[in-house]
Amino acid sequence: MRDGTRLKFGGREFHSRLIVGTGKYPDYPIMQRALEASGAEIVTVAVRRVNLDRTQESLLDYIDTKKYTLLPNTAGCYTAEEAIQYSRLAREVGMSEMIKLEVIGDQRTLFPDNEELLKATKVLVKEGFIVLPYTNDDPVMAKKLEEAGAAAVMPLGAPIGSGLGIRNPHNILIILQTVQVPVIVDAGVGTASDAAIAMELGCDGVLMNTGIAGAKDPVMMAEAMRKAVEAGRQAYLAGRIPKKLYATASTTMEGMIE
Amino acid sequence: MEIRLNGKVREVADGTTVRRLLDELGLHPLRVAVQRNLDIIKRDRYEAVVLQPGDTIEILTFMAGG
Repeated sequence: MRDGTRLKFGGREFHSRLIVGTGKYPDYPIMQRALEASGAEIVTVAVRRVNLDRTQESLLDYIDTKKYTLLPNTAGCYTAEEAIQYSRLAREVGMSEMIKLEVIGDQRTLFPDNEELLKATKVLVKEGFIVLPYTNDDPVMAKKLEEAGAAAVMPLGAPIGSGLGIRNPHNILIILQTVQVPVIVDAGVGTASDAAIAMELGCDGVLMNTGIAGAKDPVMMAEAMRKAVEAGRQAYLAGRIPKKLYATASTTMEGMIE
Repeated sequence: MEIRLNGKVREVADGTTVRRLLDELGLHPLRVAVQRNLDIIKRDRYEAVVLQPGDTIEILTFMAGG
């Protein structure tokens, strides 16, 4: 089920299983180099008022839209209605049918409001969007989102920007066994091992922003994340040994001096 | 006449179309979305839609985000 070499959703195929955000970098040139180092093919963007001060640099000046697929998000939306409007605006900016659907339920945790998220997913799917919902690690919710037509499900590993890693790997495993659509861990990745763990569980991809942008050396961290996602995926496909309580020797006792 | 543009009051000439407004602002039509009051104006209507006094205009684009 999950043995494909490419990440597939919404009629598209991608080599890289790492999706990277464009927010919170020290400056745009660093962001550009970090995106390059990450090997990501999909980058997330936000939908916000254009800067009317023409002396300011613009994000899109630093992203080659021929090279990267833009994934607009509905960050900052707290209701289905708001998220739907932002999704329509994102589509109108004209570069993408894909939407990373966020409907936030709480300001401190930035956990999703799943009720509103499901509502918005249903409407947007009907309007032809490729919906990638940011959700929590509830397998019941994941199933509902899939049934509503989501192109993937994106359970959080931990709160956005928290760097706490994959807090509930068991639920992620259950989600992987519950849905057929790609499962992409989105939020909470803090360092390379977190990304590797997500991929070792069998996830189809990882989405991160702060983990790279907030690192002391974002470009170096982006490269580390690229390797971590590749290593984790390869380890998953290679089929790990089982976990055992007791030891099993690696060296036979045969041939020892009696 | 007065309109609200991205949260601020702005004076524009009577008869200004959405397209003319974008030109005045130095904005490329292909990189933005325009909302007039609560409606999203599709790109092929930029030349046809004439702004009215008191219109609330939002011009959005892609900015940095995770």
